[in-house]
Amino acid sequence: MSALDRPAPEAAPRPSLPEAAPRPSLPEAAPRPLWLDAWRRFRRNKMAMAGLTFLVVLVAAAILAPWITRYGPSERIEGAYRQPPSWEHLFGTDKIGRDVFSRVLYGARVSLRIGLASTVVSVGIGLLLGAVAGFFGGIADTLIMRLTDVFLAIPYIVLAIAIVAVAGRSENSVILVLGLTGWLGLARIVRASFLSLKQLEYVEAAHALGYSRSRIMFRHILPNAVQPVIVYGTVLIGGVILSEAALSYLGVGPQEPTPAWGLMVSQGKGDLAGAFHLLLFPGGAICLTVLAFVLVGDGLRDALDPKLT
Amino acid sequence: MSEPTTGPETLLSVRDLRAYFDTDDGVVRAVDGVSFEVRRGEVFAVVGESGSGKSVTATTIMGLQPTVRIASGEVLWKGRDLLQLPEAQHGRIRGKEIAMIFQDPLGALNPVHTVGRQIGEMARIHEGASRKEAMRRAVEMLDLVGIPEAAKRARMYPHEFSGGMRQRAMIAMAITCRPELLIADEPTTALDVTVQAQVLDVLLRIKDEIDSAIMLITHDLGVVAGLADRVMVMYAGRAVETGTAPQLFYRSSHPYTLGLLAGLPRLEGPRDEPLVPIPGAPPSLINVPPGCAFHPRCSFVRADGLCRQTRPELRQATAADHRSACHELEALDGVTVESVRRAGAGR
Repeated sequence: MSALDRPAPEAAPRPSLPEAAPRPSLPEAAPRPLWLDAWRRFRRNKMAMAGLTFLVVLVAAAILAPWITRYGPSERIEGAYRQPPSWEHLFGTDKIGRDVFSRVLYGARVSLRIGLASTVVSVGIGLLLGAVAGFFGGIADTLIMRLTDVFLAIPYIVLAIAIVAVAGRSENSVILVLGLTGWLGLARIVRASFLSLKQLEYVEAAHALGYSRSRIMFRHILPNAVQPVIVYGTVLIGGVILSEAALSYLGVGPQEPTPAWGLMVSQGKGDLAGAFHLLLFPGGAICLTVLAFVLVGDGLRDALDPKLT
Repeated sequence: MSEPTTGPETLLSVRDLRAYFDTDDGVVRAVDGVSFEVRRGEVFAVVGESGSGKSVTATTIMGLQPTVRIASGEVLWKGRDLLQLPEAQHGRIRGKEIAMIFQDPLGALNPVHTVGRQIGEMARIHEGASRKEAMRRAVEMLDLVGIPEAAKRARMYPHEFSGGMRQRAMIAMAITCRPELLIADEPTTALDVTVQAQVLDVLLRIKDEIDSAIMLITHDLGVVAGLADRVMVMYAGRAVETGTAPQLFYRSSHPYTLGLLAGLPRLEGPRDEPLVPIPGAPPSLINVPPGCAFHPRCSFVRADGLCRQTRPELRQATAADHRSACHELEALDGVTVESVRRAGAGR
């Protein structure tokens, strides 16, 4: 409007531009960070909030385990074998007299540690390979994508058995196995994001302004590609915990006396009729934790993508 | 070819540039033998329809066409051939000495960084400025392009800017290192008319402020008339007419230029005056017509078939610096935009 009201542009010198004319001042509030918007959207999702609440409680319980339970995870209570749940032993005791509640709490530490660590490994590998494949294309792309095909063709159980045979049964072996097998999907997602993002004009503009390739890759494209990575990574933690349980169950996971949930399920399966609680509590912990991660992942997807709401 | 001088006046000299794309359907001759130069401090406009090769010319100069095949030609920047330069050195010239402004200001700004940070980044990478210094420069630049409350705006994200402000931010980014040449690829096409005028105003003011040349790529003859010192009209990957803006507008010497001008609506004409479009459509760049690429749409085409068989070269038209690639140059002598308009309206 103001531009139309003005006399011919040549008539006056150009001291200032029309838009500098009086206009309402900007709102005083500092610019709202993008993550705050995302958090607002996330909070509206009840299921996701339930999942998040469960995870917060689980993490707190895992950290505070020594103060929550009187018994150590490997401590045997003389005479209390296969007891059903009671006030003294909330989840009962196992066949050699250990407190199941305590073992489930300490087991959360194992599961979360393995879940986080191997997801970090997967995300690291997946991001790097996916970014390189998508950004540079050509031979790099072909090589990396064929590599993922090769990995896809190896069942992770077989790889697990191979690695465990070399490195022994331990938490670290499990992290290694799951970290090395979890990046395939991520690499594909990141590659796809990079392929579409590098077509965008701001990437071309960044080239035109003389930015180096690595700067464009990591500073300009990567932040725009993290959204699916965050979502996938969150769900992946749940998946890893499930895989860890499966490995433990098959006897290639962490060893006794590590209180791994999968191991506990495996040991409890023989007593299904007599001591159902030995199966129920560690099994329930696995299910709920995995579910919580999936719900949070879902919530994050909706929250981080404004187009969906 | 325009006289190939490499005197101190000439910043950029493009000679016989041929930029081809190899596709499954054949070779796309996007730029097919274009020569021109840009001199210090001038506004040089490249005009043409979509697909005339004007944008590819610009992006090839900037080294932004990864799939292009340079069949021939050189792009001399102050005497050095940019096409032969290794990527690392090219990167130092890009942004610092030659900067580019893009058509779509929303697309050209990264949504995840604040505007100030993106502008400041130029100072950081090309001049090694500190974070704080970069931000100060960004605010200064935003102020220079006429964004009110620059300090506050610098902390905002691109989506919080209006279209005109984004384009100004883009300009601010391009001029941070005071480049000697600004390539503006359709800088106002995505903006509405009042904002267009403001942005062009900013461009001109900035040009004087930082003393740079502008290579303006546009299909908008109105923009050209208001800004350009010299103009090159492109058709099907070739230059068909070059000259100063007055020469092109008042003594047009190519049927295509005449057609473009006749197609413009006029304020002072009668209300019901019909617009006269150029008949036909631009040719596919895979199958450029033989001879003069414009001959299927030309109303001055010669009866003896010369236009269909031989490609016309640029030659002198009404003055030494006014050149046109038309076989019928002499016959066009008395032809004006007005007569083309009348002839077209009667068709």
